[in-house]
Amino acid sequence: MDEKIPEKIENKLYKLKYKTDETCHLNPDLSKCLQCLEKTCTIICPANVYCYNETEKKLTVSYEKCLECGACRIACEHIDWKYPKSGKGVIFKKS
Amino acid sequence: MQEDKKQNKVDVIVVGAGPAGVSAAVTVARGGKKVVLVERGTFAGSKNMYGGVIYSHAAKEIFPDFEQSAPIERFVERHSYVLLSDEDDCTEICYRNPSHGKNSFVTARGDWDRWCVEQAMKEGVYFAPQTLVKNLIVENGKVVGITTDVEDYYADIVIIADGVNSLLAKQLGLRERIKPGNVVLGVKEVIKLSEETIEKRFALYPNAGAAIELVGGPFAGMFGLGFIYTNKNSVAVGLGVSLEDLKNKKLKPYELLDTLKSHPYVSRLIEGGELLEYSAHLIPEGGYKSMPVLYTDGAMVAGDAAMLVNNVHFEGTNFAMISGKYAGETALEAFEKNDFSANHLCLYKKKLLNSFILKDLIAYKDVVPTLTGRSSSFLGYYPEKVNEFFRIFTTTDGQPKKEKFQKFAKNFFAKRSLSELFSDAVAGIKLIFGILK
Repeated sequence: MDEKIPEKIENKLYKLKYKTDETCHLNPDLSKCLQCLEKTCTIICPANVYCYNETEKKLTVSYEKCLECGACRIACEHIDWKYPKSGKGVIFKKS
Repeated sequence: MQEDKKQNKVDVIVVGAGPAGVSAAVTVARGGKKVVLVERGTFAGSKNMYGGVIYSHAAKEIFPDFEQSAPIERFVERHSYVLLSDEDDCTEICYRNPSHGKNSFVTARGDWDRWCVEQAMKEGVYFAPQTLVKNLIVENGKVVGITTDVEDYYADIVIIADGVNSLLAKQLGLRERIKPGNVVLGVKEVIKLSEETIEKRFALYPNAGAAIELVGGPFAGMFGLGFIYTNKNSVAVGLGVSLEDLKNKKLKPYELLDTLKSHPYVSRLIEGGELLEYSAHLIPEGGYKSMPVLYTDGAMVAGDAAMLVNNVHFEGTNFAMISGKYAGETALEAFEKNDFSANHLCLYKKKLLNSFILKDLIAYKDVVPTLTGRSSSFLGYYPEKVNEFFRIFTTTDGQPKKEKFQKFAKNFFAKRSLSELFSDAVAGIKLIFGILK
C-alpha cells in the first residue's frame, strides 16, 4: 500500500454544511475523564470532536464539528448526549 | 391543559422522516387519518447517511410509480465482492445482471428521503421539519404525545422511527443500552468524478451502477467491510467497522478510510476525484437478538430504531420502509377497533413475523455473534488465504506446482491450530444450518 500522509480530518469536515447550535449538546462528565485510561471518545469519533489536553488534564469538546452519529454515546457511558436543537447541527446533502 | 390537548391533537404522530417514518406516515394518510411527520433536520434526509442502496421492491410497495420521478442515480447492475489482501493484490467475485438490473438503485439520502416526503405530503401527510422531539408524553402507562422545543402535541398513536440512536425507545424502556459490539460505525466520502470516467473505470453501461463490497485489507480480522457505490457523477467510498473493534484496536475511523482509499483496487477507481461530502452514521447490526420491544401502549418502533438490519445482505432501507408500512397499517386497524393498547398493537409484531423481515432476521440471528466471535478467521485469515491461493495459482515461475501447493496446504494448517480450525468449522456449519433449517 502507498505510504501517504493522512489527509486531515478537518479538510473532510470543511466540505460540510453546519447550522451551529449556540449551546453544546455533548456533555461528558469531566470528572470521569481524569480516571479514564482509554479516552475512547478521542479515538472513535469520526469528526475528531474530543481532544484531551494532557498538560491541562482537560477534555475539550468541539461540538460544532459533530456529525451526530452517537458513537461516543455508545462507547462511553459518561457522556450526556443529546441531539442539537431543532434544525441545528450538521446538514448532509449527498450522503 | 385539556384545551391545549384538544388543539394540538392529531390521530398519529410519526417521529423521524427517514424511510421507516415516511412509509408509516403515508400509509396512515392513505387510510384517511390525520398524521404529522416530525423531523429534527432542516429537510428529510439532512441527518441521514447510509452505505447502501434502496431496494425497488420496497420502494414500489410504498410509492408504486417511483421510477417516473424519484431521484435515482443508477440502478445496480454490477455486484462485486472483493477480498483485499494486506499486500496490493485482491480476489474479486463479480456478478452482473444487465437484463434484471432494476432490483436496487443508488441514490443520496438527502435526495431520496426528501422526495419521499414530498410525495407523502401530496397524499395528506403534514410534515413538520426542524422539530426535535425531546420526550414522549406518557400518561397512565400509555404514550399520548410528544414534547418538542416549542410545544406539546398529542396523538392516539406515536410511531417511533427516530433512527439507530432511538432516544425515544430508550426513554420508554423498550430497549437497553446499546452495546458497542452491536453497532457498526460507518464513514463515507462522496467523491466527484465525471459520468464517462465512472462508466469507464467501473465498466458500466450508461445509467447502470456498481455496488462493490470490500473484505479484509485495512480491517482484516475485524467485524467490518468497505464499500463503493456509483452515483451518476460521483462515487461513494466508505466502510463500516464494529465500534467494539475500533475501541479495542484504537483505530480512528477516518484514518482507516484513508488506508482503504490508498489500496490500489480503490485508489485507481477514485483517482483525480474531488471530495464532495464526508459523513458518518451508526448502523444497528446486532440483528434479531438486539431488537428492542417493538410496541407498547400507544406506540410502535420501526426501522433502525427497531434495529431492523440484515448486514449480510446489506438490507436495512427495505426493512425500514416495510416495517413503517406495517406500523401504519396497524395504526389504521387500531382506529377501526378503537383500541390503542399493546394488546392490539402486538399485531404489528405479528405482521413483521409473517414477513421476510423477521423471518430473515430470525434465520440470520446467529450470524453476528458468530462472525464477531470468529472475525479473525472469517474476515481475516481465510480471505487472506484465498488471495495467497490465487497468487500461487496464477504465478508461473518454473517451480513445480505440486511443491507449491503442498507448501500452501502445509502452511494453511501450520498457522492455524486444530482447535481453531475446529471452532471455525463448527461456526461455519452452525451458520449454514441456522439459515437453512
